[in-house]
Amino acid sequence: MTDALQQLAARVCAAKADATPLYVHGGNTKKHLLGRTCSVERTLDISKYRGISHYQPQELVISARAGTPISELESALAEQGQMLPFEPPRYAGQATIGGTLAGNLSGPGRPWLGSIRDSVLGVQLINGSGQILEFGGKVMKNVAGYDVSRLQAGALGTLGVICEVHLKVLPLPEASVTLARDTSPDEALALMTNYAGQPKPLTGACWVNGKLYLRLAGAASAVEHTAQIWGGDRVDGAIWTQLQDMTHSFFTPSAELWRLATTPTAPCSDQADQCIDWGGSQRWLRTPPASIPQGAHLNLFSGGDRQTEVRGKLDQVQQTLQLRLKKAFDPAGILNPGRLYSWM
Amino acid sequence: MPHPESVLLGLSKLNNILEVDPKARTARLQPGVTNLAISEAAAAHGLYYGPDPSSQIACSIGGNVAENSGGVHCLKYGLTVHNLLCVEMLTVEGERTTLGGGGLDSPGYDLMALVTGSEGLLGIVTEVTVKLLPCPEVARVVMAGFDSVRAAGDAVGAVIAAGIIPAGLEMMDALAIQAAEDFAQAGYPKEAQALLLCELDGTAEEVDQHVEAVTNIFNQHGASSLRVSSDDAERALLWKGRKSAFPAIGRLSADYYCMDGTIPRSQVSHVLEEISKLSAKYQLRCANVFHAGDGNLHPLIMFDSGDPQQLARAERFGADILELSVAVGGCITGEHGVGLEKLNQMPSQFSEAELHQFEDIKHAFDPALTLNPGKGIPILKRCQEYRALPRRHSHD
Ligand SMILES: Cc1cc2nc3c(=O)[nH]c(=O)nc-3n(C[C@H](O)[C@H](O)[C@H](O)COP(=O)(O)OP(=O)(O)OC[C@H]3O[C@@H](n4cnc5c(N)ncnc54)[C@H](O)[C@@H]3O)c2cc1C
Ligand SMILES: Cc1cc2nc3c(=O)[nH]c(=O)nc-3n(C[C@H](O)[C@H](O)[C@H](O)COP(=O)(O)OP(=O)(O)OC[C@H]3O[C@@H](n4cnc5c(N)ncnc54)[C@H](O)[C@@H]3O)c2cc1C
Repeated sequence: MTDALQQLAARVCAAKADATPLYVHGGNTKKHLLGRTCSVERTLDISKYRGISHYQPQELVISARAGTPISELESALAEQGQMLPFEPPRYAGQATIGGTLAGNLSGPGRPWLGSIRDSVLGVQLINGSGQILEFGGKVMKNVAGYDVSRLQAGALGTLGVICEVHLKVLPLPEASVTLARDTSPDEALALMTNYAGQPKPLTGACWVNGKLYLRLAGAASAVEHTAQIWGGDRVDGAIWTQLQDMTHSFFTPSAELWRLATTPTAPCSDQADQCIDWGGSQRWLRTPPASIPQGAHLNLFSGGDRQTEVRGKLDQVQQTLQLRLKKAFDPAGILNPGRLYSWM
Repeated sequence: MPHPESVLLGLSKLNNILEVDPKARTARLQPGVTNLAISEAAAAHGLYYGPDPSSQIACSIGGNVAENSGGVHCLKYGLTVHNLLCVEMLTVEGERTTLGGGGLDSPGYDLMALVTGSEGLLGIVTEVTVKLLPCPEVARVVMAGFDSVRAAGDAVGAVIAAGIIPAGLEMMDALAIQAAEDFAQAGYPKEAQALLLCELDGTAEEVDQHVEAVTNIFNQHGASSLRVSSDDAERALLWKGRKSAFPAIGRLSADYYCMDGTIPRSQVSHVLEEISKLSAKYQLRCANVFHAGDGNLHPLIMFDSGDPQQLARAERFGADILELSVAVGGCITGEHGVGLEKLNQMPSQFSEAELHQFEDIKHAFDPALTLNPGKGIPILKRCQEYRALPRRHSHD
């Protein structure tokens, strides 16, 4: 166990001892995203705890310390013809793997390639009592004990300081083609569900600024043949990078940005300013919808009032379970208090 | 195996398929619906449910969620946890809540992920919504025999290195090949030391391209025999041997003990060599089937439960295999869960602090330890006793 790791654990122990909460951060790219403002003065910077610790391309597994920038992982993988399946935002090279797991951020391929929640195989973390713990591992299947690794995805660092992450990776696709066509958002949604129901190498389907974009990726023969059948204009793949890094002009205004996670068949919003991603499962909106479709969840992703709740309301049963779970990991409530919910 | 004083809660009669939504590609199910019934209901829409445990004709979706079951297709299509959208659960207090949702993200902690694979220790699953996948246009199997496990293991690595993710990739050792062939007459090469079954699926063009690539790789690695399925009947026949490996072993021996460790793929020949040494040491035969794509090894230890000494040796043999799996960087269970049987091996994978963390999670959901008492997570006193036992083997 490295000194740096022991030092991080000692910081958590000290915070617990004097009951002073910590704000854990890596590249600090997501401070104003995803969760509430965490008004805590003492910070725990893990961005220096970095580096790829283990990579065996033939096992499809890579391990890295939490502060490792996504871009560093991507270049190491690309050298071996592999990639992070979940296409996380890189935020100009600042985003770290630990923060990406804590935020459960993933790119346009989510319905087909999964999110980091789906790729994570194991984690090393420091819980709120300053204990260094390891869960999961470096193998593809592991059902011994509870799946604490996946639980970290989206927990925004409120359950533990993520120190190291083991991930399943995938080969880069041999070929990739992007098809575009002009449609209304309603038509786009209908087309997305239709295409996604076909056994073709679809790995992206979005609608923005009046255009439907489809991404085909995989074996060259299958991509080419499907592109011919489906038709549309062949364009470069810039749109996918713009969605992944949220650099597309749709995201430029700093006004409120709402994210609706829903079934792809939910009716289209009538708002003019919207972006549909994940084959219809993710709807980016500038104002909250009048009604939330059944089973959908709404999150104020960025902007707006981040002192109030920004996550969807939980029912009483889950609120109780989640609070007890938080206490199970962080009995003194020192890790990112209030970041996920005001009461947590 | 229920606790002697417990009440059994049988959910198998809650077996209605509540809804199949072909457009959203989802199915809403009661917990007792069998795994295979989901794909059968979805087939009318050209869809199927990805995870396909070998027990799929009998096992329920509720049990699949509880165990996070996989199947031969899980390298490409994922485990149960990757194929769920929503789980309705009763807490131990009898309150109902819905985890997950219609979309891919949920607002707070991902309790659905935590409950998946929790062996029924955190709540009772009363309804499950799964994702469905479009049925592939074509699927073909490449079968190859090899003169050594090492050559077959290297061939597996080479397929992955070539950037191909097969739909299924299975390995069997000599004893498993012979038993399966006698049982199923699938046309397996009985003289081979190792057999690979590699299923490739996708569009017609893609499958042709990948079959050619995989065939070349197997030949380069010295395959002693090679066969490619030409139609679905032949594909089913080639799988029949693998899928009946367990009952086939059942014919060779009064009883068998199936282990479930997961190891890094590259360790397979080393681990199989160690297992054959253990087999000599304990004087019990052991056949091996291996989900080679994802590193999940199923050694089948043959014994006669009528002989208490053999039973005891089989249990020690099994425990040694699990500890070996952990020693090479793997884990004690890939898909069958811990239950009661592997409680003693939990401390070889987890520290005391980690086991305490598991206990605290259990307490958060079930403070009185009412659900499946005594399973999954060892009571720490018991591990200390086990740790105090003299080490029974070394990995020399
Ligand atoms: C021959 C054979 C082959 C197998 N092959 C595979 C394989 O290829 N891959 C694989 O992953 N597994 C395999 N298994 C293991 C097993 O089939 C799976 O774990 C399966 O998911 C268990 O489902 P079940 O309905 O039989 O559950 P049960 O055995 O009834 O229950 C298993 C556990 O889940 C809990 N549980 C069940 N239902 C619920 C519910 N609704 N809510 C909460 N908890 C619940 C139970 O309390 C119990 O702890 C195999 C088993 C056999 C016998
Ligand atoms: C993959 C696989 C393949 C197999 N293939 C074969 C094969 O080809 N040929 C073959 O002969 N066998 C085979 N077996 C074994 C066969 O499944 C079992 O011998 C038999 O089916 C066990 O019955 P069961 O599942 O109902 O009992 P279990 O569930 O195993 O019963 C467990 C215990 O519960 C008790 N019990 C069960 N039911 C009741 C009840 N109603 N009331 C009170 N107590 C009860 C019994 O005391 C029993 O000891 C195979 C097993 C597996 C896992």
